[in-house]
Amino acid sequence: MHFRYKIEGGDFTNAGSTASAVKKVLKQLNIDPVIIKRTVVGIYEAEVNIVAHAYNGVIDVDIDENRIFARFEDAGPGIPDITKAMEEGYSTASEIVREMGFGAGMGLSNIKNNSDKLEIISQVGKGTTVEITNYFNSK
Amino acid sequence: MKVAELITQLSLTAFTGKAGLDREIEGGYVSDLLSDVMGHSQAGQIWITLQTHKNVIAIASLKDLSAVILVKGNTPGEEALAQAIEEGIPILGTQMDTFEIAGRIYNLLRQPS
Repeated sequence: MHFRYKIEGGDFTNAGSTASAVKKVLKQLNIDPVIIKRTVVGIYEAEVNIVAHAYNGVIDVDIDENRIFARFEDAGPGIPDITKAMEEGYSTASEIVREMGFGAGMGLSNIKNNSDKLEIISQVGKGTTVEITNYFNSK
Repeated sequence: MKVAELITQLSLTAFTGKAGLDREIEGGYVSDLLSDVMGHSQAGQIWITLQTHKNVIAIASLKDLSAVILVKGNTPGEEALAQAIEEGIPILGTQMDTFEIAGRIYNLLRQPS
């Protein structure tokens, strides 16, 4: 099963719609609620990161019997220092974004804590790709 | 405790009318940082905040929270309100500040029913 969603930078009104759509699909597939909860947190945060930091992006979600895989590919400023960006509390979000309660520097650590596999590839001045995998059987 | 009962006990405003009044409140979470709520709140909790925009409802829905309470007389944005009614998530309001409303709810939820 494959889904594709397009995200516009700055479009906070629709932030969370991908996470919401994926949640519905996983529920229909009777996936373990604990895994659904983890997956939804990761997808939401990665989605918000595109809205808050990038110009636009594409989210590809692939689901098979073993796992859900989501790739977030954006055109944006990129992340100069990924290790730094992963630190809880570190944020480069704008003042406006922070006033909304975003930009607390917890997004990437939320993704890390709620995914089985996380990969971030970034090129400064071009964009960032985030890949999240969660397995349905934690055996 | 049901949302409807909490409204009566604490004279809260229900901005969303009858939406979600029979939801069960199993606890509470206090934060104005969205990623904090995303990462650490639990299903069934009532969320006390001063954020009033639509993303609050997106998070409440994704995390299966029981309701949202806006403190200090804050009112929900138009889009937040429409989304909350559509999703059946109550947005409540109080003149109390966060410390006071959290304390009241804490005590109510810990009373033996």
